[in-house]
Amino acid sequence: MGAKRAGIVGVGMTVQRSTRRDVSGVELINEAVRAALDDSGMTRKDIDAIVIGNMDHFEGINYVDTWSVDGSGALGKPIMKMTTGGTTGSTVAMGAYYHVASGMFDRVLAIGWEKNSESDTTGAIITAFDPFWDRPTFGGAVAGLALEATQYMAETGATEEDAAYVAVRDRKNAINNPFAHLRMESNIEAIMSTPYLAWPVKLGDMCPRTDGACAVVFASEDIAGDFPNVPAWVHGVADRHLWGYTSDPYVNQHVKGGTWFPAMERATRELYDKVGITDPLEQFDVAELYLPYSFAGLRYMESLGFCERAGGPALVRSGDTDMGGKCPVNPSGGVLSSNAIGATGLLRVAEVALQVQGRAGDRQVPGAKLGLATGFGGCYWSDELVIGKEKPEKARG
Amino acid sequence: MEPVAIVGVGMTKFERDRVRDTFGDLVFEACTRALDDAGMTIDDIDIVLTGSNDFFDGRTISSMAIMDACGSYDKNVSTVEGDGTFGAAHAVMRVLAGWGTCLYCAHHKGSESVMPLITNAMFDPIYERFLGIDSVTSAALQARAYMDRYGVTEEQCAQVSVKNHGNAFKNPYAQLPLQLTIEDVLASPYVADPIKLLDCCPISDGASAVVIAGAQRAKALDAKPAWVKGIGYNCDAYHLGDRDLSKVDALQAASKTAYAQAGISDPAKEVDLAEVHDTFTYLELMAIEGLGLCRMGEAGEFTAFGNTAQDGRLPVNASGGCISSNPVLVAGLNSIIECALQIRGDAGEHQVDGVKTAVAQGVNGPCGQSQCVWVLGGDE
Amino acid sequence: MAAAEDKKMFLVIESGNVAQPFRWSAGTYGSKFLTEIRDNKKFWGIKCPKCGKVYVPIRSVCGPCYAEMTELVPVSDEGNLITFSVVSFGFVDPSTGKQKPVPYGYAVIKLDGADSYLIHYIDETDPEKLKAGMRVRAVFEEDGKRTGSMMDIKHFELI
Ligand SMILES: [Zn+2]
Repeated sequence: MGAKRAGIVGVGMTVQRSTRRDVSGVELINEAVRAALDDSGMTRKDIDAIVIGNMDHFEGINYVDTWSVDGSGALGKPIMKMTTGGTTGSTVAMGAYYHVASGMFDRVLAIGWEKNSESDTTGAIITAFDPFWDRPTFGGAVAGLALEATQYMAETGATEEDAAYVAVRDRKNAINNPFAHLRMESNIEAIMSTPYLAWPVKLGDMCPRTDGACAVVFASEDIAGDFPNVPAWVHGVADRHLWGYTSDPYVNQHVKGGTWFPAMERATRELYDKVGITDPLEQFDVAELYLPYSFAGLRYMESLGFCERAGGPALVRSGDTDMGGKCPVNPSGGVLSSNAIGATGLLRVAEVALQVQGRAGDRQVPGAKLGLATGFGGCYWSDELVIGKEKPEKARG
Repeated sequence: MEPVAIVGVGMTKFERDRVRDTFGDLVFEACTRALDDAGMTIDDIDIVLTGSNDFFDGRTISSMAIMDACGSYDKNVSTVEGDGTFGAAHAVMRVLAGWGTCLYCAHHKGSESVMPLITNAMFDPIYERFLGIDSVTSAALQARAYMDRYGVTEEQCAQVSVKNHGNAFKNPYAQLPLQLTIEDVLASPYVADPIKLLDCCPISDGASAVVIAGAQRAKALDAKPAWVKGIGYNCDAYHLGDRDLSKVDALQAASKTAYAQAGISDPAKEVDLAEVHDTFTYLELMAIEGLGLCRMGEAGEFTAFGNTAQDGRLPVNASGGCISSNPVLVAGLNSIIECALQIRGDAGEHQVDGVKTAVAQGVNGPCGQSQCVWVLGGDE
Repeated sequence: MAAAEDKKMFLVIESGNVAQPFRWSAGTYGSKFLTEIRDNKKFWGIKCPKCGKVYVPIRSVCGPCYAEMTELVPVSDEGNLITFSVVSFGFVDPSTGKQKPVPYGYAVIKLDGADSYLIHYIDETDPEKLKAGMRVRAVFEEDGKRTGSMMDIKHFELI
């Protein structure tokens, strides 16, 4: 007995679209669940427990875990709900991983979903923030992210064009992903010509609003050989969340040598130490990162240790993060192409699993063995998972 | 299950309208008490889990409001949205997976919102919500179905109210100790037939916290551990029309799992005390039956004969139960804490003699749709 | 166009004007902060007994130290601009239910005497005229119109 290693043995995703009026929320969930069960060669009966997540105020459903049983397959089974905001999908993945790692369950289904078309996304995000201090003046995710973009440009000399490169890269990658929402050949000029939403962030810099769901099956090492797909092993997980107020994350960043995103840096340090990563750009074959807007593709690379402080623009412009580069980032098209918020973090995990299993189709990174998946959310919550083809030497908690 | 223990517990006093306190104030009070109880500081905690609900708190990502107060700075932290029995179950999983200690807290301020609107949002927006259905009116349907099936009377339900409100006098954390007679309960106005005002829980504000530790860490402490012997949870159908509301399928399934882990074959004989979800009186009767502590349909008589009194053969809700304080989400954690205190012999005035095995129950969703059962014991 | 057909074929159920009213507690120190803004146009922060950091917005626990804070200290109504944006996309403000007037300047501000930052409006909508490090000052709502909320500060102005 004792802690178990866990692998991903099946994934299912719905097509990600701006509006899925053809299905109710429960049916959307079921679409992903059926795909994940088919992919892992199982039926509902085989599942031991379920973890589900979304953000309540996007659909206005209280107790989504009990509301969704017809779609999730939880009738007569253990189910719990986990919710941490933008990180919800990656949190659900980590929760399902711990269900298996505990030794209490062998086959656990993780579900993340959102129908962002059913509500006012900005309004719902604003209500994440403190009703006295932040809410009266807050302008939602776009305005909050704009603040860090301004700061990043001022301190590093990065340009709006550098950021636009990231948006072009991710949406071009999405062309290879039949499930992605925004799939388009674009260029820096086109992104630059889109209107400002909150200076310096333009429409073309932001993720879309998406309806979609994702489901992933985690299995214990004891039975991991029983499935049609070889498992994608969880090598380690870590997360940090240091703040409660909108303005807190900007503290320290103006100090020379201070950090951009301490929560992400601290999670990264713990995870890389556990897994033995010293040079992420060389050691990871692929990364699926929760980049909710283009500037994140510069800034967060630094916090994840892919380059030095202020090195983000040079890194992405070098092509090392393009398909065919040293470590392709977001072969799926990433969040800039599809953002059904509760599904988004789980999709990052599912995509890395497909990559290290060699099942990613037209978006496959040849020979990918080890990958990084991240989740990002309010207030700068940072979830990170390392997933690999090889079975890890031991369970790492 | 590998041995895991509850090594520290803390709760705030539960009150209506704790207007002086923010969510964070409540959580800090509960967490520091749990740490003190365990003889620990925050540095002894490896990871943190929190429990809250965006609807009840009126904010998206409700756990953000308590991040300073729950002590999670620079630690792995996550949030289970649901009753404390579910959140604490996940804390146990993380400890089993290799983390040494986990601080888990849950908070609730029912007085800040309009409860019928929030519980209405549990129901399907397309087919049910427009009826104005909420936790009380759905419970009335279930109460009627259960009472008709087994011939349970309103008097029998009233006994639960009299007993639990009376028990609350001995629990300094309880919100609503009341000296009642069966006649008082029967004379209280109907809220939704067959449920009367004194069959219902109050609206409560407060928070609770526990420290959960693996065997190695638990044994190294001075604190008396309460060992987690088994945990089961299970979910029934969603639409009320898809269920026979008089049945307790999910609770029976959850109990079966928890008892199997704990090696309990005859719960009626082996369980010494139970803390159950009694937000409405009939639910305590259903819970006693669903937990296998008496036969189906017999909990009314079982209660009438005094078996579930504080000095009875199998005390149920010796703490005063949810009917005396009902901080939603925290409620199930309070049941776990009460069981732990009883096993440790630290329950003060409401201590029951010789509790070796205790059972706690918590629920999520309408009419007890999703059920969680914990078995706690004094021996590893 | 498929979207138009979708709208005919697939029904949606409108929630109507659902409101979930709340009354959130500001807490002991938050109440003091808001009262002082309302009555005296004065800012207060709260100081950690361990690390000495002064927090605005006020909270009762210093996260890094896990220490309870009880000491209020005065902070200035002037400070430095840390970072900013100019918000130009329209959205419904959930606090008011109305369309938020755009564009507006939006800023992170470090009040003199505080170690954490405050977020508020800045009365400048040309990003070219804003720069980190600029000095700013709070502009309060008129006497008699302040209600004990963050909106008692109309915005910050460049000095
Ligand atoms: Zn401090």
